Amino acid sequence: MSILYGFYEADSGEIRINGEPVRIRSSREAISHGIGMVHQHFMLVPPLSVLENVMLGAEGGPLLAEGAGLIRKRLAELGREYGLEVNPNAIVGELSVGLQQRVEILKALVRGADILVLDEPTAVLTPAEADQLFEMLRVLKGERKTIIFITHKLREIMSLTDRVSVMRRGEMVATFDTDKTSPPELADAMVGRKVILKIDKGPAHPGRIALEARNLVVRDDRGVVRVDGVSFILREGEILGVAGVAGNGQSELLEALAGMRPPSAGEILVDGELLTHVQSNPRAERLIGIGHVPEDRHRVGLIMPFEACESAMLGFHQERVYGRGMLFDRRAIIADAQSKMKAFDVRPPSPLLKTANFSGGNQQKIVLAREIERNPKILLVGQPTRGVDIGAIEFIHKRIVAQRDAGKALLLVSVELDEIFALSDRIIVLCAGRITGERRPEDTNAQDLGLLMAGVSERAA
Amino acid sequence: MDLFNAFIVVFASGIRLGTPLILACLAGLWSERSGVVDIGLEGKILVGAFGSAAVATFTGSVWLGLLGGVAATIAVSLIHGYASIDQRANQIVSGTAINMVADGMTALIGNAIWSQGGRTPELPAYAQFQTIELPFARAFGSVPIVGPIYERLISGHDLITYAAFLLVPLTYWALYSTRFGLRLRAVGENPAAVDTAGISVRALRYGAVMICGVLVGLAGVYLVLSQEAYFQPHMSAGRGFIALAALVFAKWRPWPALATCLLFGFLDAVAIRMQGVELPVIGPVPVQAIEALPYILTVVLLAGFIGKAIPPKASGIPYVKER
Repeated sequence: MSILYGFYEADSGEIRINGEPVRIRSSREAISHGIGMVHQHFMLVPPLSVLENVMLGAEGGPLLAEGAGLIRKRLAELGREYGLEVNPNAIVGELSVGLQQRVEILKALVRGADILVLDEPTAVLTPAEADQLFEMLRVLKGERKTIIFITHKLREIMSLTDRVSVMRRGEMVATFDTDKTSPPELADAMVGRKVILKIDKGPAHPGRIALEARNLVVRDDRGVVRVDGVSFILREGEILGVAGVAGNGQSELLEALAGMRPPSAGEILVDGELLTHVQSNPRAERLIGIGHVPEDRHRVGLIMPFEACESAMLGFHQERVYGRGMLFDRRAIIADAQSKMKAFDVRPPSPLLKTANFSGGNQQKIVLAREIERNPKILLVGQPTRGVDIGAIEFIHKRIVAQRDAGKALLLVSVELDEIFALSDRIIVLCAGRITGERRPEDTNAQDLGLLMAGVSERAA
Repeated sequence: MDLFNAFIVVFASGIRLGTPLILACLAGLWSERSGVVDIGLEGKILVGAFGSAAVATFTGSVWLGLLGGVAATIAVSLIHGYASIDQRANQIVSGTAINMVADGMTALIGNAIWSQGGRTPELPAYAQFQTIELPFARAFGSVPIVGPIYERLISGHDLITYAAFLLVPLTYWALYSTRFGLRLRAVGENPAAVDTAGISVRALRYGAVMICGVLVGLAGVYLVLSQEAYFQPHMSAGRGFIALAALVFAKWRPWPALATCLLFGFLDAVAIRMQGVELPVIGPVPVQAIEALPYILTVVLLAGFIGKAIPPKASGIPYVKER
């Protein structure tokens, strides 16, 4: 797709648009051929307004005033036609992710794109936003636009596409008509072998209460209350799933439990003992047996330019096994990383490779290995399979279940409902920082949880 | 009335002292808004000053002197641009190198040519910018209050000072009302967005770096052709760094930059004015304390009193095309 949008030039082969062979050497040429791209990481300038972002590169003259009126009008038209309303004066950085994506799509449409390429567009969206996006894309399809939709979510392929091609290791391995294929068939093609989408998992045997939260209140950096009086218990030998639309307090809850963000009110009890203020930091929590797989491995979980063996001991680097006093025992560190990589099937198993050079799935395995091999009593897991390929997802899910079977208490925060369903023994749903309901996966379904996620609480319903 | 007159004198002097700061600060604004950090303003002021002094001395022309100074800083800016944009060098290192080389080379070349310890000969009056008297300044001067303000505060500066004040609205207009300005602001925040919009990141940044060269060159030219009438080693005296501080202080915006530079200029003028003045209780005014005020103000105010100063997000980061 980068080649299609002029980031790179193909070494060989050709691109044809409407049957005409074309050469695309830059993004400018791609745009002029009517290709519009919605990147996974938005190509927006956050401090600028929506209008300015849309205008950038299509100003219509050396002075902004001339083009601004035209583009403003065009935005209003597109807004009406496709249900893509955005306030043109809003600052992009202050918009929700869903709206930012809308701005990206508008950028492409204003430039007259006929072929729209979307790279993993739903990875950052809430389910409701994703539904809106699909609605919009269907309208665009009706307007005779061509849409290339890149995703690894089977459900999206099935619900949205007409044809689907499966790409594996740089090759198109299969192409199907969507209505003549099935999710298992696609999954097979994606990994090249049979995948069990359903996890084999026996009944849970919950034991003592390992972790308890009482009326937790957590504020974000701006002082906004994100977790608003949340209480729950987590027992040994069970997986408690925390479901919810992204941005409803799950991240802050996880951060508070992991000691990264002190709660402004409420109590956290570990093994029935109140977690003191002094203990409420990630290092102290690790020492009392709380492992944490953070939601964002790039930002929090790993240091990308570090060697894998260094990333594999982050947070535990002060332990004796890694060296004495101020000096590290390099050999011990590498040996430790090697054994972790072996245990978690990290590929390539090279402790000296830079962390950034591993795929997302393998990076995630490094984080999991680091936290799990320390044998914590409680494991807090945030978005364990975000941006992870399907083969690694299966592996990671199995490991999480194995931890439960070993009697650990696991808290799973995920925005993937499938994941919550597949792994959890109990599910709590957060909406606007409050728990709107608790369910057992066997007693509920996506619609039911959807209602809870939308804030229709049991009492209100 | 004496106090009033004293104020006018100090304010007028503040404007003169603030002028090179305004120019250097705007220069930094253009560069950093495009994503190229310029810690080399100090060195560039020296290069501009030396260039204008040398050319004006040889040709006896104030205009050629101005051109010489500006051309010299554009050249230095392009070196910084080449290092930062094409070679993706560390911009702090490049800027620091420029400061050091400029400081040494101007003194060395100056001494090699004129053998006065790096100083250039004093320029004759016709090779300097003269003060401009605005229309009716004399006639208006007798009107109470407003008169003296017009005659001695607003009138009576030289061309570069007036140009510096005009450059502030011009910069504002260019940044916020033109295509170039929009692209420039975008490239300093997210060059990838600019690139994917089909615009050359490289060309934009080079453009900004050249504008920076012109403006900071004027600051150097001003020191020689308007203030001192000669070049002297180290004559920039930290103005480049103060301008950088002012830039942060002003959060990279033109109008606050003007206000900050004027404030710093006034503080400087007050320090000069207070030299040797006896105050009750304190005794002689500690001039060093007042001279240190701009620095102290910058540090203290930046430590949280003016809120967070968030630089353009991509400043200092070379753009590498990758996904």
